[in-house]
Amino acid sequence: MANLKEVRSRIESVNSTKQITSAMKMVSASKLRKAQNAIHNMRPYAEKLSEIMQHVSTSLGKSTVSVYTRQRVPEKVLIVAIASNRGLSGPFNANVAKEAMQHIGQNYLTQFKAGQVEIYTIGKKVFDFLKARKIDVAHRNDTLLDDLSMDNVKPLAQTLLKEFAEEKYDRIDIIYNQFKNAAVQVLTIEQLLPVAPQESDSTFTPEKSEDYYIFEPSKEEILHELIPKALTIKFYKALLDSAASEHGARMTAMHKATDNADELIKSLRLSYNKARQAAITSEILEIVGGAEALK
Amino acid sequence: MKIEIITPDKTIFAGEGKLVQLPGLDGLFAILQNHAPLIASLKAGKVKIIDNSDVVAYYDITSGVVEVKENHVLVLVE
Repeated sequence: MANLKEVRSRIESVNSTKQITSAMKMVSASKLRKAQNAIHNMRPYAEKLSEIMQHVSTSLGKSTVSVYTRQRVPEKVLIVAIASNRGLSGPFNANVAKEAMQHIGQNYLTQFKAGQVEIYTIGKKVFDFLKARKIDVAHRNDTLLDDLSMDNVKPLAQTLLKEFAEEKYDRIDIIYNQFKNAAVQVLTIEQLLPVAPQESDSTFTPEKSEDYYIFEPSKEEILHELIPKALTIKFYKALLDSAASEHGARMTAMHKATDNADELIKSLRLSYNKARQAAITSEILEIVGGAEALK
Repeated sequence: MKIEIITPDKTIFAGEGKLVQLPGLDGLFAILQNHAPLIASLKAGKVKIIDNSDVVAYYDITSGVVEVKENHVLVLVE
């Protein structure tokens, strides 16, 4: 039978751990709401932007070739892995890092062996994870996630666009957790650059838009302005999604930890009560035995 | 006409108005009631809005794009 005092101190320590995890859960829940709001606020802009882009590009026809849409043989690849600065969020960070390694192994093995694959980590934890596995990380950015706003994301996105346009990279992929709901994150690999060719849906007929809109200054120039914007937004959306996912993942992890602590306390309390009862019983036996001896 | 000004972080203006003045790539231009459908790029400058009760409001932008159709002005700015 376990020592009474020992069990009591264990109960106390599990209890305080439980308090911490349930507090962290609350904090994550409120941060999650904030992150969801940010996604919610960004959505109208993203939707309208892609709508306008579609109007412009359908009226231009298929002949448009921009620096960002031209497909090249991917010799130099940049992988942007987005996770978080903080741990205690279940498999959130490790999943991103593992997926990045797997992605390289499956698609860019030859380039990787030739040292042509660079990794850009956003968030301390992915960096640490990859470093621990002796994988070179060419660039890292740990401060971006502290204050996620369009003003902060824009310079980074523009740098990526510029480096792609200058052919420093032939392909840029981003890996991040897409936000489905608080409990579900979907690990996603997206091709940021070059823009993947996609079939335009034919709800908006070119004949109609050809004369419908006045374009100022010109269709080509507008598209030239819009593509970087759309890509920046795509990148921004990935970051926001990842941030919301992080809080969702942490909330779930902390919820489980709190539940586990509850269970542990329950079983500890049981053994505490058993030990206490055993002590009382043996004490009574001693007294009875003593009284018996006095007779 | 209906006017919306949207940034990636939030919607900064949504409502009815009489006039929108915008800094186009080739210079300032204004949109009034019943303007023809238009898509235009914007450069850095000020957006001026006069709403139905003649209140004038200004917003600073660094770049953007505007779409006008059927008395609906949609301004996407940064």
